[in-house]
Amino acid sequence: MSQIPSTASSDTLQRVQLSVPDMHCAGCMGKVEKCLTALNDVTSARVNLSTRRVSIIWVDNGLSVDNLIDRLADKGYAAEAIDDMDDIDAKQHEIGREILRCLAVSGFAAANIMLLSVSVWSGAGDATRDLFHWISALVALPTILYAGQPFFRSTWIALSHRRMNMDVPISLSVVLAGGMSLYETMNSREHVYFDAAVTLLFFLLLGRYLDHLMRARVRNAAMQLVKLAPKTALMEDNQGLRSRVPVSALEIGMKVVVLPGAVVPVDGRIVAGSSELDNSIISGESLPELVSELDQVYSGSVNLTGSLLIEVTAVGKDSFLASVIHLMEVAEQHKSRYVRIADRLATIYAPFVHIVALMTFLGWLWVTQGDWHQALVVAISVLIITCPCALGLAVPVVQVVANGVLFDHGVLVKDGAALEKLAQIDAIVLDKTGTVTTGQLEAVNVDEIDKDALAIAAGLTCNSTHPLSRALTAAVTARNISPLPCAEFREHPGQGLEGICQGRTVRVGNFEWCGIGGLNTPVMPTPENVELWVRIENCAPVRLNFKDQLRVDAKSTIQNWTDEKLSVTLLSGDREAAVKAVAQASSIENFVAMASPAQKVDFVNELTLSGRRVLMVGDGINDAPALAAAHVSMAPAGASDISRSAADIIFLGDHLAPADYARRIARRASWLIQQNFALALLYNLVAIPIAIAGFASPLVAAIAMSTSSIIVTLNALRLRIGGSKGQQT
Amino acid sequence: MNILLLLIPAALILGGLGLAGFIWALNSSQFEDPEGAAERILIDDHEEAPPEDIYKS
Repeated sequence: MSQIPSTASSDTLQRVQLSVPDMHCAGCMGKVEKCLTALNDVTSARVNLSTRRVSIIWVDNGLSVDNLIDRLADKGYAAEAIDDMDDIDAKQHEIGREILRCLAVSGFAAANIMLLSVSVWSGAGDATRDLFHWISALVALPTILYAGQPFFRSTWIALSHRRMNMDVPISLSVVLAGGMSLYETMNSREHVYFDAAVTLLFFLLLGRYLDHLMRARVRNAAMQLVKLAPKTALMEDNQGLRSRVPVSALEIGMKVVVLPGAVVPVDGRIVAGSSELDNSIISGESLPELVSELDQVYSGSVNLTGSLLIEVTAVGKDSFLASVIHLMEVAEQHKSRYVRIADRLATIYAPFVHIVALMTFLGWLWVTQGDWHQALVVAISVLIITCPCALGLAVPVVQVVANGVLFDHGVLVKDGAALEKLAQIDAIVLDKTGTVTTGQLEAVNVDEIDKDALAIAAGLTCNSTHPLSRALTAAVTARNISPLPCAEFREHPGQGLEGICQGRTVRVGNFEWCGIGGLNTPVMPTPENVELWVRIENCAPVRLNFKDQLRVDAKSTIQNWTDEKLSVTLLSGDREAAVKAVAQASSIENFVAMASPAQKVDFVNELTLSGRRVLMVGDGINDAPALAAAHVSMAPAGASDISRSAADIIFLGDHLAPADYARRIARRASWLIQQNFALALLYNLVAIPIAIAGFASPLVAAIAMSTSSIIVTLNALRLRIGGSKGQQT
Repeated sequence: MNILLLLIPAALILGGLGLAGFIWALNSSQFEDPEGAAERILIDDHEEAPPEDIYKS
């Protein structure tokens, strides 16, 4: 199975990582490891419970990754292979370890230097003070060089791109504090700031590590949603022999078999067979489409009823999916670059602080009539005390807390800037199928129908994977009616089901199939009302109605948005009647139907041009470019892979409310960020005059910086309290 | 005050040992799977059964 990403570590050893999301406890770990190591060729199987993965090493002796997956499936664990050459994951992991190492080093140094500083502050003699300063220097300088690296690197990148970020003033004050303190130590003077510099690094690294942990958690959760298995297709050669090949190996003209229930792997034309296709993920159409020979099909559709043989007509960059990806890239390029709040503030704050320090230097030079040493010491202490400890924490701490609250409520924020952008939106564009609606048809008039007829009909439909069959079976079993067994079951694509139940012939399907044409005026299926007929021998035919239901809280959520004067638009690729019906049911005033992927992007871009900040919520492949074009985007967990990767935020569950909840939390977070900035500014307003006056002793600096950091962090934690309150109401 | 010459290096060395221990643990992947490590102790995996005659004697 060459398509499975197993990397040969030597000639004979193979290794692979499988994702096994259902492992939860020691028992699962033991079972998974034992059942794998019981295989002869497996040399080791090690579970990582935190990431729900198992790493397997085995001797290449004919055992394939599929065998391993099957083995786990036998034990009741669904597993999928993970591309363990996943660069982003490995890189993020290394970054996390680097921050942790820096954090440990700076923590060690901060604790030791603080001990020494306390004795100096409490009035150590001159000789002891110098000794302590030297020891502090010995600990602090290597620490600054080592633990400061993440900040120095970011500063370097920002400056070499002629940008400004929060790390620039941080790096500057740490380096200056270290350098000046060393100079003062060598001249055995009173004021050194080693403690301030190292504690600053420790606090900031702590914030950064928490941020990293939160992101790793989100990424891991998002990864578990994605089907990681490489895509394969069932190819049929000229002799009629079938073999499974990777989709990437398909070429134009090859023939591919698509079995009922499978996803169409590639764009093509039907050569033989007829069936119904569920196109909802591609075009947003809620009704299955009947297809037969010579019809064009696109990758991503789900084949429902009949087996199809298709001839490949487009691969690679000519395929429909590739055109969507191209649209996405274009949309991405045309979007103006978003500058994060912290960086925007840094561009104001950093020059301000540096100018104040310069003025202080000049001022003291003038007052002391040329004592440049004294002037320099005061100017540097201004830089140290205004050092953006609180500012460096003001944004990240709030975002870590907000992301944590949202994570607990099933909202995964993938991008750090997404929360900031979500707080700014004033227009919402919603996709219909799968976003405002559940994307699944549901039976509406089951309760009006005789229970015996339902039991018989469900006896037929429980054998079929057609969405209407599944919906009917679900509706019947939900009413505690058990389906009656049926014999000679047959499924006719595009028509219906047939079988014999209690000695009577039963047909379930469209009105022609059930032979009702002469009895009733045929009602054309409309998207808002799909019908299914049940005909039991010697009984009057029964009509069942189906609807793509709204998400249960769609109406109230949308009402919340319109109440807050947000413009809400329903934007769908489905037919006008279907879109209109959903718009009315969910009380959305504006709707656009029959929109192609490109038209969706245009719509979003027009809104953006008219000065709106757009939140796009969508799930289909056709929504992906619009998701990329919008200011910020969301996708439900059931969305297509491409939409989930395009969206900034993913929400889990059957409700639409998490989308609104995320917006509320984002608003609160942005309010708290502003408060934190105000607090940091207030601190500076008090601290700067003290520093300019020359009273910023190391003790003052240490106390002021620690208190401001703690206040800012505590303020951010209010979101956790307020966050759970918001959920209750 | 001469005791400081002993105590300060002692404090630094002990702290340093702790730091070195932490970094060693980090580099030997001991923080890769905190959940698993906590649960693993509950697995009874005596691969080799204890020799039977220990109960007889």
